[in-house]
Amino acid sequence: MAIKITRRNGILAATLAAAACLGILTRSASAQGELRFCLRSEPKTFDPLKVEDDASAAVRYLTGGVLLRVNRQTQALEPELAQSWKVSKDGRQITFQLRSGISFSDGTPFSADDVAYTVQQLMDPALHSPTGDAFRSGPGNTETKILSATQISITFPAPVAGLDRQFDQVAILSAHSGKKEMAVLGPFMVEDYKPGATVLLKRNPNYWKTDAQGRKLPYLDSIRLDIQPNRDVEMLRFKRSEIDLINSLDSEYFDKLASTSPQLVHDAGPSLDSEQMWFNEVAKSPLPGYKKTWFRSANFRRAISQAINRDDLSRVVFRGHAQAAIGPVSPANKFWFNARLKPETCSPDTALKALQGEGFRLENGTLKDKDGNEVIFSVITNSGNKYRERMATMIQEDLQKIGIHVNVVTLDFPSLIERMTQTFDYEAILLGLTNVGLDPSEQMNVWLSSSENHQWNPSEKSPETPWEAEIDRLMRAQASSADAQKRKESFDRVQEIAVEQAPFIYLVNRNALSAVAANVQGASPVILVPQTYWNVERLSVK
Amino acid sequence: MNPWRTNFWRNLACSVLLLVVGLSLAANWLAPAGYARQFREATDAAPSRTHWLGTDEIGRDRFARVLYGTRISLLLAPAAALLSTLMAALVGGLAGYLGGAWSRAAMAATDLFLSLPWLFLLITVRALLPLNVSPLVSVLVTFLMLGLLGWTSAARVLCSSAATLRESDFVRQARASGVRGVRLFWIHVLPNLKPVLLAQFWISIPVFILSEANLGILGLGVAEPMPSWGSLLRELEGLISVGEAPWKFVPLILLVVVVTSFQLMLSKQEQAAA
Amino acid sequence: MWHALALVATVLLGGLLSATLVRLAPGFDSDEAQLDPHLNSASVQALRQARLDQHNIFRFYFHSLQRAAHGDLGTSLSLAQPVSLLLRERAPLTLRLIGIGLLLSWAVAMAMALSAAWLRVSAYDALTTAISGTFLCIPAAVLALLSVLWNVPGALAIALIVFPSVYRYARNLLAKAYAMPHIVMARAKGLSELRILFWHVVPVAGPQLVAVAGVSVSLAIGAAIPVEALCGLAGVGQLAWQAALARDLPLLTNLTILVTIVTLLANSSADVIGHMLRAQEA
Repeated sequence: MAIKITRRNGILAATLAAAACLGILTRSASAQGELRFCLRSEPKTFDPLKVEDDASAAVRYLTGGVLLRVNRQTQALEPELAQSWKVSKDGRQITFQLRSGISFSDGTPFSADDVAYTVQQLMDPALHSPTGDAFRSGPGNTETKILSATQISITFPAPVAGLDRQFDQVAILSAHSGKKEMAVLGPFMVEDYKPGATVLLKRNPNYWKTDAQGRKLPYLDSIRLDIQPNRDVEMLRFKRSEIDLINSLDSEYFDKLASTSPQLVHDAGPSLDSEQMWFNEVAKSPLPGYKKTWFRSANFRRAISQAINRDDLSRVVFRGHAQAAIGPVSPANKFWFNARLKPETCSPDTALKALQGEGFRLENGTLKDKDGNEVIFSVITNSGNKYRERMATMIQEDLQKIGIHVNVVTLDFPSLIERMTQTFDYEAILLGLTNVGLDPSEQMNVWLSSSENHQWNPSEKSPETPWEAEIDRLMRAQASSADAQKRKESFDRVQEIAVEQAPFIYLVNRNALSAVAANVQGASPVILVPQTYWNVERLSVK
Repeated sequence: MNPWRTNFWRNLACSVLLLVVGLSLAANWLAPAGYARQFREATDAAPSRTHWLGTDEIGRDRFARVLYGTRISLLLAPAAALLSTLMAALVGGLAGYLGGAWSRAAMAATDLFLSLPWLFLLITVRALLPLNVSPLVSVLVTFLMLGLLGWTSAARVLCSSAATLRESDFVRQARASGVRGVRLFWIHVLPNLKPVLLAQFWISIPVFILSEANLGILGLGVAEPMPSWGSLLRELEGLISVGEAPWKFVPLILLVVVVTSFQLMLSKQEQAAA
Repeated sequence: MWHALALVATVLLGGLLSATLVRLAPGFDSDEAQLDPHLNSASVQALRQARLDQHNIFRFYFHSLQRAAHGDLGTSLSLAQPVSLLLRERAPLTLRLIGIGLLLSWAVAMAMALSAAWLRVSAYDALTTAISGTFLCIPAAVLALLSVLWNVPGALAIALIVFPSVYRYARNLLAKAYAMPHIVMARAKGLSELRILFWHVVPVAGPQLVAVAGVSVSLAIGAAIPVEALCGLAGVGQLAWQAALARDLPLLTNLTILVTIVTLLANSSADVIGHMLRAQEA
């Protein structure tokens, strides 16, 4: 039937056309199938082997192809570019059977050569990256043996704990492509980068994965990453539908959004991250002798821990979206968490009694040590982090109840790091551990007394206390064992010592909060980073 | 201008300032609780009979914090503003009065001063202070630094004004009558710089109050739990939630009222200078 | 020529002083990356040694100037990109932002100041004082966030930050000029108020207003930092804040030189124009 072009038809057609245009305009002019979210800082590098910061890690996750991937939901290790793998009994060697018929984004074929090249680059002593250092368990060279185009064996000089899981962070580089690190094997590739503004990723046309129906992945055409450090602006943009997800949502914004659009927010429960405080136990620090005596006393540290109301911190600072920390490992880390540990109960009276047992006494509301020195110390934290500032102020009030006067000092981060790692001119610090991995070997450099990151007393020539010596022994034992149960026993004991001796006063484990717009399909936020887009290849936008 | 009307505004301004000062001094009696006390069961609460301006994010009474914060900001910000104004008068005024190479050198130094990243000097100052410095010392040092660093804008304008005055008829007459040097500057030039000096003073007060809050990022300024207007105004940076809690604007309104009152009181000086 | 040499010397001195301030401030050798628990001791040491070549500030500055003479402004430590590229990409946005912001701020400030000076009604004066005082009291970060909230250009936020200071100076200068004896004479001769304002008041305050214009450029540059950072504008202001947090010496030194050049140019131009106006008056 032919459609007569009448005046009425013409008006109708014009109206429909206008409505279509308005529809396009209303959706903030974004392309169909484009996911948009914010990075909180500028990515420092697109070289996956040199990643040190969160923004670069996000780009690596979205563009990098890895041999094995930790499924962020099940926490199980799954094959990716390697269809199977085998770790030797001594934990030094891993052999991969690679998938065939795969190409990089520029068409260069993927083979064992590329894996060998990547490992050689990664293990270059001049590289100095967290990714490479995770494999550097001992001195000596790493050997790669190409057994065939699709089979490779890698031998490390010393056992690497959780060897296979470490490959989740190793994006494979092309040995032959002229585009170097810009030739990728992941679902997306970097299309455009405007410094200070945006990173635009587009679908990798050569991505190897398909879904169960045989459709090529990813579903999305592109991802736009806007660089936006300010969380208020990020939230505003989410409310205006200018971005589609917020990967790490502040608790007050979570509550605000939940009150109007509860289906958009997700609380995946306690994350692996923790907030903690510790005292300066460095013998050569410029602190007066009596303060060093306080801080090096486990009873003093435990008393401080007992006086802090962690439930209030969770409830007030994080609005209930956190839970009181029990020890070094979050309960969310189901395998490694020591379930025998009990939460600390806040009891100022018990804390005071314990301090009195150490010779402290309360005089006119002020606590003094046995030599009559008033117990006054400062807690420093990094400025700009409102949660830490609030926690420090609440801890100040908690300790005031037992006569301890705390000065809260916020410093810019470089100044704080200098005091913490070089001048040791501080008394107590409140900071957090973020992007914590599941495996305790990732924290080797925190627990080993000789390490630079042994924060309360770095770079000890030999362990200064018997309990630190014991922790050293236990950490080395678990790192060199391939038996998961034996490793767990060792690390359980480390956790017990950490709670007994309280070198860190663990405060809270924050919940993993996120927001996902209604037009995003397939999202299932989890606690492991990246919480919302861990399954990016299967996400789509309506 | 109607003198009654001018006096009315000035008297109103004076009364407002006295009221604010009086309220802040009576904080110990007026405030329902100490500024540090945390009502943890009533955090981020709306105004009520117990908490007239509600509570902040960790349950501290906002009304108490506004009252106590007024003391620090109202006392120290004008003092720092006075210091910066005097420095501007010395550097800019003298440079313009002397003219020639003196003026060029002083203004080049001023421009240099304007361009340098003083943030790092402030970070260094913080590093030199002990971590357990008393809040009073920290606040005094903060406002002293603000006063010492905040004179540059006015110095340029003062230099230009002084240069104009140097060639004016009455100054030439005074010079011809034998008045020279410091006396000429002090008696004939400086009083005529008052409009700029008063503008500088008035602008500096809120700028220093806000700067004090920003210096908290470097560990300077008023330390927790002591409040200041600057730290109270930082609550406004959570704009998304502030819209639903208009009582959080009270410190801003108070600051505007005080700053406007200062200016209305200074208007008599401006008229006299004119 | 001497004047030009003096300007160049001031710029170079500014760069050196800036580098010295950054170098001596605590946290210079600190890198957030060294807190990563995955890094071993050798890597942490390598991070700390990364800035060894910048420890001697004179040697660093001398080499920087040598390279700058060949167009190489060094590499940013925090962004791992050539400084010249960063500045080239970002300076136009900031210049545009500041330019429009200044025009707007002067338009608003002069409209208010001229009307206040002309009307000389205390209620109006109180009103304009209250309006400018309100914006003076609002933190720059809040004004920047408001511009994001209301979807208005960042230049408007800069205008709102700068105009109160410009207004106050301008209003006081105009009021002072109004009180001069020749105005009484002009009135007595029957000149209209409009003519008095634009022919006899504004020119008298002219040289000082021009000085205020020069100073307002520095105010606008300072305002650009929070506005760009919060509005997500990839300009020099945002770069400056990132560089300060990271103690990025090559970037900060070049940024200071750039700011010094702009400030000197603005204020020197103001001086020249002011001098010309004073000569005309005479």
